[in-house]
Amino acid sequence: MSGETRIAIENLNLHFGANHVLRDVGFNIPANAVTAIMGPSGCGKSTLLRCINRMNDLILSARITGRIVIDGENVYSPRVDVIDLRRRVGMVFQKPNPFPKSIFENVAFGLRIHRLGDSGEIRARVEKALVQANLWEEVKDRLQDNAFSLSGGQQQRLCLARAIAVGPEIVLLDEPASALDPHSTAKLEELIVELKREYTIVIVTHNMQQAARVSDHCAFLMLGELAEWGKTEQVFTKPKDKRTEDFLMGKFG
Amino acid sequence: MKLRNLGDRAARLVFLANALLAAVVLLGILGYLLVYGLRTFTGTSVAGFLFGGRWNPDAYGEPVYGLVPLLAGSFFTTLIALAVGIPVGVAGAVFIAERLKGRFRVVVKTVVELFAGFPSVVLGFFGLVVVAPFISRLFNVPSGLGLLNAGFILALMSLPTIISVSDDALRVVPQSYREAAYALGATPWTTAIRVVLPAAKSGILAAVMLGFGRAIGETMAVLMVAGNAAIIPKAIFDPVQTITATIAIELGEVPFHTTHFYALFALGLVLFLIALATNLVAESLIRREKKSFTL
Amino acid sequence: MNRATGPGAIPRRRFGSSIGFAVLAVPLFAFIAFVLLLVGYLVANGIGVLSWEFLSKPPTAGMTEGGILPCIIGTVLVTFVSLAFSVPVGVFSGIYLAEYAPNNLLTRAIRSSVRSLAGVPSIVYGLFGVALFVNAMNLGMSVLASGLTLGLVNLPWIIATCEEAISAIPSSFREGALALGSTKWEAIRRNVLPYAFPGILTGVLLAVARTAGETAPILFTGVTYYTRQLPNSLLSRFMALPYHLFTLATQHDKIAEVRPVAFGTALVLVLFVLLFDALAFVIRMRVARTNTWQV
Repeated sequence: MSGETRIAIENLNLHFGANHVLRDVGFNIPANAVTAIMGPSGCGKSTLLRCINRMNDLILSARITGRIVIDGENVYSPRVDVIDLRRRVGMVFQKPNPFPKSIFENVAFGLRIHRLGDSGEIRARVEKALVQANLWEEVKDRLQDNAFSLSGGQQQRLCLARAIAVGPEIVLLDEPASALDPHSTAKLEELIVELKREYTIVIVTHNMQQAARVSDHCAFLMLGELAEWGKTEQVFTKPKDKRTEDFLMGKFG
Repeated sequence: MKLRNLGDRAARLVFLANALLAAVVLLGILGYLLVYGLRTFTGTSVAGFLFGGRWNPDAYGEPVYGLVPLLAGSFFTTLIALAVGIPVGVAGAVFIAERLKGRFRVVVKTVVELFAGFPSVVLGFFGLVVVAPFISRLFNVPSGLGLLNAGFILALMSLPTIISVSDDALRVVPQSYREAAYALGATPWTTAIRVVLPAAKSGILAAVMLGFGRAIGETMAVLMVAGNAAIIPKAIFDPVQTITATIAIELGEVPFHTTHFYALFALGLVLFLIALATNLVAESLIRREKKSFTL
Repeated sequence: MNRATGPGAIPRRRFGSSIGFAVLAVPLFAFIAFVLLLVGYLVANGIGVLSWEFLSKPPTAGMTEGGILPCIIGTVLVTFVSLAFSVPVGVFSGIYLAEYAPNNLLTRAIRSSVRSLAGVPSIVYGLFGVALFVNAMNLGMSVLASGLTLGLVNLPWIIATCEEAISAIPSSFREGALALGSTKWEAIRRNVLPYAFPGILTGVLLAVARTAGETAPILFTGVTYYTRQLPNSLLSRFMALPYHLFTLATQHDKIAEVRPVAFGTALVLVLFVLLFDALAFVIRMRVARTNTWQV
């Protein structure tokens, strides 16, 4: 496993109006590994994830200070093009959110808006993304069907394919399995572990078992503060922080 | 205690009876239009009415009641209205729904919605005293009253409907669609045009249908600016006479219970059926859009 | 190196996106500017005619002089009659649809009827009014016949706004009363209607504004070009602002001489309409600000 830092979060503070949601959060996310952000619900873990690709920009009341450095550049620097940032940092949401288009067009959407290749190339890239997302075998004969005809688990893998089709280096997953049945969840988790060879993956989850199964590193958030971070194995077996220990023992929801 | 429960039941019945009145009125309108309208055909043939090329109820000896020129008048004025109203209305709605927030949004929406209740005679008056001379001078035509003027005024009148219904259609598109697009690096513009607008297409189509219904049913404004000649127009400056205007012009002069009187009800029946069909289609389109998001 | 950043400082917005939205905004703001200019135009041309005499005297000298008092009274009167019919019926229907209506075919039929009625062209209501009120019920051309016809026109608007206003009240308000052992009707009357009242009032005020400007439904059910007498019973004929404007603009033989009077009439009508629109708007804004339970 490569230990090289891909994303460095430094002194990150976020306010929604008068609410101080993230307090001085700082830790490193290594390349080509799965990093899990854990914590009880409402601790700010999704908000933290959405800082990385600046999705919080869409919320007018959000105020952010501190830095998130990807490849040596602060994503909040005025020089950074947020559109380009989001192409380089893909995201999959809590609930599958395919567009009301065909399966093919869903995956092709990002390629088309960024003008990545002619129609032959788009076709090839769509296939590659669907193969990587472990969905190709299931949909190759029905690419023109509406994406809503897929099952929930398939829809979520489709969203993953859509995210990786544009060739991001980093993939953010926001509780991607929370709306899925156990079987689909297992399939998705396998996929996540496979994908880390090519991508740096950050996953938000409130499910500790899931974090233990898929992640190499993890960060534990509590009421907007970082309680602890490190190798998953170490955080789970020898937590340094009392709050982490309580959470692992099931003392918080 | 018993009395209270009885009162409660009585209240429910009173409310139900009142609510049923809406359905009764709708059926009543249809009933009168059918009963009176169909009596037209004791004096003239159905084919002569539906396909007749001339509407001339005052002709000596042999009055003719041909729907075609009036339908053409209604159709062409509405066509021009929609040719202007759809692009302007849908574009405006996309801007309002995707770009305007807070107080500014409220102000813009209020102006648009209140204009829906603007008296149509006043707009007709405006068409008469401002738009008509303007058209006449700009295009060097003898009269500015006709198809173009009516189409323009109707475009204004259908805009509030098209804008508000389209805005509603765009607003019910789930936020998750927008987030998905933004997360892929789409700009707000790309998101609005390539994700939100296509997702709302049935609702937008409903807006267009309702705008059509509004335009084809409008009476006073078109009556004042269309020039009112029951001919099939050949040019955009030609005077036209719509179905609505025909009823408004002629009902006042016609003796009750004559073929002419009944023929005006037959015109009303045509309008009613067009409006009803338009509404039912629009309603099902709106339902379809909402359903498409709940999967 | 802590730098404050945030949405306010979004760097390098893609120009294409902003240009796209700007293109959409141009026709929308042109439309809004047009609406404002239209009102301004009417004010500029009509203000000179407005005077106490204009508002308080009947027309004289073949409408070229005097005022428009009978038209104001007629419009106020028919609008009042129409609401006297449609408000109770509409509120009761709204209560039924919001509180009692089960999810069945009948309810769907009622809702669909309400929406369809809203789309029926106003001239068709005029035909229905002639057939039912003037003719079958033998009310003749009168304030009552016109008022009832207008009442049918605005009934669907009132029902829709009432249902919306009542549905907006959280169900906890009802449950609280029901849990204390009140009947359903008591719960609605004491714990729902008082809170829904501002919303209902808003709907009624908007209905007043729109009804006052309606012309087609009264054309053949009671309005008249000129009458010496002010209406002294519900069965009198009457003059009305929108019809007065229509005749002055299109039917009068000295069109140039009555033009100022026409502008004055148009302005009075528009001010009347805007007054009620503004009242409705103020109430809506105030409710939005003070109601903490409304999200």
